[in-house]
Amino acid sequence: MVLEVRDLSVERGGIPVLTGLSFDLAAGQALILRGPNGAGKTTLLRTLAGLQPALCGEISGTQETIAYSGHSDGLKAMLTVAENLTFWAEVFGQKGIDRAMKAYALEPLAERLAGTLSAGQKRRLGLARLLVTARPIWMLDEPTVSLDTQAVAQFAQAAQAHLMSGGAALIATHIDLGLEAQVLDVAPYRARLDAKAGASDEAFL
Amino acid sequence: MKALLIRDLKLAFRAGGGFGLGLAFFLIVTVLVPFGVGPQSELLARIASGILWLGALLACLLSLDRLLALDWEDGTLDLLATSPLPLEAALSTKALAHWLTTGLPLVLASPVLGILLNLPGAGYFWLVISLLLGTPALSVIGIFGAALTVGVKRGGLLLSLLVLPLYVPTLIFGAEAARRGAAELDPTTPLLMLAGITAGTIAVMPFASAAALRVNLR
Repeated sequence: MVLEVRDLSVERGGIPVLTGLSFDLAAGQALILRGPNGAGKTTLLRTLAGLQPALCGEISGTQETIAYSGHSDGLKAMLTVAENLTFWAEVFGQKGIDRAMKAYALEPLAERLAGTLSAGQKRRLGLARLLVTARPIWMLDEPTVSLDTQAVAQFAQAAQAHLMSGGAALIATHIDLGLEAQVLDVAPYRARLDAKAGASDEAFL
Repeated sequence: MKALLIRDLKLAFRAGGGFGLGLAFFLIVTVLVPFGVGPQSELLARIASGILWLGALLACLLSLDRLLALDWEDGTLDLLATSPLPLEAALSTKALAHWLTTGLPLVLASPVLGILLNLPGAGYFWLVISLLLGTPALSVIGIFGAALTVGVKRGGLLLSLLVLPLYVPTLIFGAEAARRGAAELDPTTPLLMLAGITAGTIAVMPFASAAALRVNLR
């Protein structure tokens, strides 16, 4: 198991959103998170990525193994595509961006400033960042927003290759990626509003 | 860390990076003061070191707003927080980049602007030394303020209110060292105090900033 989650509760703004969540993620496995808007998919991913503390429950598997990709791609408008990608590769201690550039067909755009890209092209660059992190667990929040069908296929292919090489992925998405993946619907774990699970000192921590 | 430093320097020098904003403000303040004070060269010579220090401090304050806000808006901070680079190191690096693009140019420009303010000849050396010792503290305290206010929309006012009191000791000892230097007195004591403040803030502030930022990233 690369990631084990036991009886996890997550909160947003001091209010519990999901409670009693347990699941495992093994190497080579993908888990698709589903649920209506506001169900807590993003909050769950942010908690697992270590960006916010869990209300209670256990997460095993270290944060050092996670590559997180949120709603925004962390791109600098005044840097070129290659510079943006090289920066993230260096931050993650990796060299070489060629494989990532190729996987998302970014080579023709390499010298363009990221600020001049279209929304879909920016997203492709954001997803290419995952390939230069060399981390085993991908945590993706709506990765296919603003991608065209061709780019979605590129993403599915990259994700498939990642899984084949022993990685794992946790993906919150509404569309069918064509991956062999388990589906976890978070709606049944929705916290009741009267469930006050501790966290009275939340504001001070 | 090197990658982050290089990226921040590159961004500062490209269009819209804000390099030169602080420098231009510093220039404007020191050019306008003689017009406001009038043609009294003795008075100007007396207040020159104080004005230069105040100008440098306000110029630094002006650029703090963008220090983390831009990285927050485009999601870079979230991704940096999940990267192998500790937030403390990332924020120290960003403070260093801020000093290199804001503090250091101010230090280098100050002797030239000292001429406009009729700074006495003995004062130039000590002015540069005091600014060189003091401005790093302005950057690291600034990044703490920026980390505290990063999620706040239009947090510039709050940031200034939070940071200004923390800047006061640096201003007092920095301006005092420069004044003593200009008056041909011994500036050792205020310089040591200034260096102490800078060393202390460099040691402590990255941890405080990272803690504040972690809370704000939730």
